[in-house]
Amino acid sequence: MDALLLARIQFGFTISFHIIFPALTIGLASYLAVLEGLWLRTGRKVYLDLYQFWIKVFAVAFGMGVVSGLVMAYQFGTNWSNFSRFAGGVTGPLLAYEVLTAFFLEAGFLGVMLFGRERVGPALHFVSTIAVAVGTLISATWILASNSWMQTPQGHEIIDGRVVPVDWFRVIFNPSFPYRLAHTVTAAYLATALMVGGAAAWHLLRGRDNTRVRTMLSMALWMLLAAAPLQAVIGDQHGLNTLEHQPAKLAAIEGHWERTPEGEGVPLKLFGWPDMQAEVTRYAVEIPRAGSLLLAHSWDGQIPALKDFAPEDRPNSTVVFWTFRAMVGLGVLMIALAFWGLWLRRGQRLYARKNFLRFAVALSPAGLVAILAGWYTTEIGRQPWIVYGLMRTADAVSPQHSTAQVGFTLALFVVVYLVVFGAGTAYGLRLIAKGPAGDEAERPAWGGPGETRTPMRPLSAAPEDDQAETDIRADAAKEGERDGH
Amino acid sequence: MGIDLPLIWAVIILFGIMMYVVMDGFDLGIGILFPFVPAKEDRDVLMNTVAPVWDGNETWLVLGGAGLLAAFPLAYAVILSAFYLPLILMLVGLVFRGVAFEFRFKARAGKRRWWDHAFIGGSVTAAFFQGVTLGAFLNGMPVEGGNYAGGAFDWVSPFSLFTGAALVAAYALLGATWLVMKTEGRLQMRMRSLARPLAWLMLAVIIAISIWTPLAHEAIARRWFSFPNLLWFAPVPTLVALVTWRLLRELGGEGHASPFVLTLVLLFLGYTGLGISLWPNVIPPDISIWQAAGPPQSLGFALVGALLIIPVILMYTAWSYWVFRGKVRHGDGYH
Repeated sequence: MDALLLARIQFGFTISFHIIFPALTIGLASYLAVLEGLWLRTGRKVYLDLYQFWIKVFAVAFGMGVVSGLVMAYQFGTNWSNFSRFAGGVTGPLLAYEVLTAFFLEAGFLGVMLFGRERVGPALHFVSTIAVAVGTLISATWILASNSWMQTPQGHEIIDGRVVPVDWFRVIFNPSFPYRLAHTVTAAYLATALMVGGAAAWHLLRGRDNTRVRTMLSMALWMLLAAAPLQAVIGDQHGLNTLEHQPAKLAAIEGHWERTPEGEGVPLKLFGWPDMQAEVTRYAVEIPRAGSLLLAHSWDGQIPALKDFAPEDRPNSTVVFWTFRAMVGLGVLMIALAFWGLWLRRGQRLYARKNFLRFAVALSPAGLVAILAGWYTTEIGRQPWIVYGLMRTADAVSPQHSTAQVGFTLALFVVVYLVVFGAGTAYGLRLIAKGPAGDEAERPAWGGPGETRTPMRPLSAAPEDDQAETDIRADAAKEGERDGH
Repeated sequence: MGIDLPLIWAVIILFGIMMYVVMDGFDLGIGILFPFVPAKEDRDVLMNTVAPVWDGNETWLVLGGAGLLAAFPLAYAVILSAFYLPLILMLVGLVFRGVAFEFRFKARAGKRRWWDHAFIGGSVTAAFFQGVTLGAFLNGMPVEGGNYAGGAFDWVSPFSLFTGAALVAAYALLGATWLVMKTEGRLQMRMRSLARPLAWLMLAVIIAISIWTPLAHEAIARRWFSFPNLLWFAPVPTLVALVTWRLLRELGGEGHASPFVLTLVLLFLGYTGLGISLWPNVIPPDISIWQAAGPPQSLGFALVGALLIIPVILMYTAWSYWVFRGKVRHGDGYH
């Protein structure tokens, strides 16, 4: 183990945790804005109830996103000082714009969104929700501009061994940016829809059938129906963009070692084991010509092969071959869920078909897993470069840190993250398991008359004791009866 | 010569760090004061005084990091490498503290104590290592060929450990006076009585650092005690004495907001002293802001945004504070 490998593991580990929470906050913030908008427009209380419910989950996810993101902002300097010095001229201003236009916007309006319903009017509160939602999207835009520039750099010159931006428009709107942004934001919406839908399905399976749970499931499935097929199209376009600008990554994803003879077409490897040493993909299951069809959109189009590149310039095909297939496989399941849901809408079978609900529960984490798999594909596929074609990852690491030092901080992060984010996930799941309540807007707070009310983050206090918990159960049962199921 | 971009950026970053110190300072201070406020209801009030705003306060720290990377990539690379361990320990502290805001209210009674400890430990850790980094920064760091050339533990020195403890005390005073402003009754009395010894401690700390700094750092001594600088700096200690005296009086009397404001002034004076000592170096002892600056194309591009957006940020931040103005009471649930 050398310091470089440890630094890479540390970065991969911390960002893997981090990426989950912004993805959820992007999706949930937009969902909350839609819910509040629907409530203001229709006056139907079910939307407000759902808002009050999901905002608690949002607050947990947001808190974890903030603290894990704070770590990221400093990690570029602590572990990757050569990269920061080399490319800081481009990545620095982009990050600064993210902070200025997004982080402050989110943080400034988050307080009003979480705690301000009684202190500002409904219009201002709605504006705050929208500001937070827009903030999450702006944040995604800048960070993906920065990441896309590292993947497909342009608009710069290299002067005295460092990157000097010459055309900011070209830097930001670099060739892979539009695809990456669309792909990532859609993925965030998908992941959130799957989580919301899965939560609703879980409650339905436990017999808690009421308007709120039904609305949750229905909205999530409409989102899924819109976003999942769209994501397949965006993913396909993103793949063509990778073929053009990062051919080695694409060859590695396909496990494609040698160019096929003219006119034969490239087969599509469904499964297999790319062997980096032997330079061959073992146990490959192939569909003839499908690779040409998918990637060149022609019967015999050629795609680059790994052997076109020097061994030291090849990304690890074994890893990205499989992370890519995990992502695509989950995407196919999402599309299946979306269309099955559409089919079941006839005659309201959506809320009762057990197999369908179980499938929805099983897929509830699928969006997040797919995001991680996709992120591994694109980042590991970029190797051995940190800035594609400009700087190798091996040259980017801070040169002065010992193995012991990086190893110590890595161990520290592993312990801290497992404790903190383990607990956070547990609290988030507990909130979801409680389900949306019907009268939370009027419910004073836990405690009852004559007792001290528990001040809380937005209506978020977990039940103080078993009594409160029993109350919820009773409420839920009553709700179920009222809704007639 | 056109616009001095590195100079403007140095001012922006100094402003950002000052905003961070005064704003996150008081909410870190609340964590530091937690052990002195054992009752659960009181602790809830303490947290609710900052729950709507702490996230925005902490964003100034991210701006400091991002601004440094954007404008002075060399300094960003060197400083963050030099203070690798204290900065990571600070981040770990902030992680625990930040999630405690959410988790504390969601935990069952038994687990809540655990998050109380995480909040205390995280706040103290973050404050202490910020202070340590500050002290070590004053000590300076060796640079060779654009890379940090020192060891992993060069940041450890009696001076830096002292500045670490000093910042914990300063944040505690900020937190106590903030709470005098935001609470009432018994809790406010408690904070008043805590703030008085803290104010004396603060004065002692400022005096100690003012003596220790020039003794330990020859270059800073030369700057302080040369003519005409001496004339310019002379008001600083006078003002410190005046403000502390006023602060102690207000704490003994009826002042609600005034102790907090006076503490802010005190901190601002200390911060000014620091700036005077280091200017114009971004990597002490001898790399200036102009030597560490990034390409002008980067500085210029980011500057447009900073100058346009920071005033807007200040406006809606002020609005958010306005929305949550007034005392926080027992059992005040935000809805």
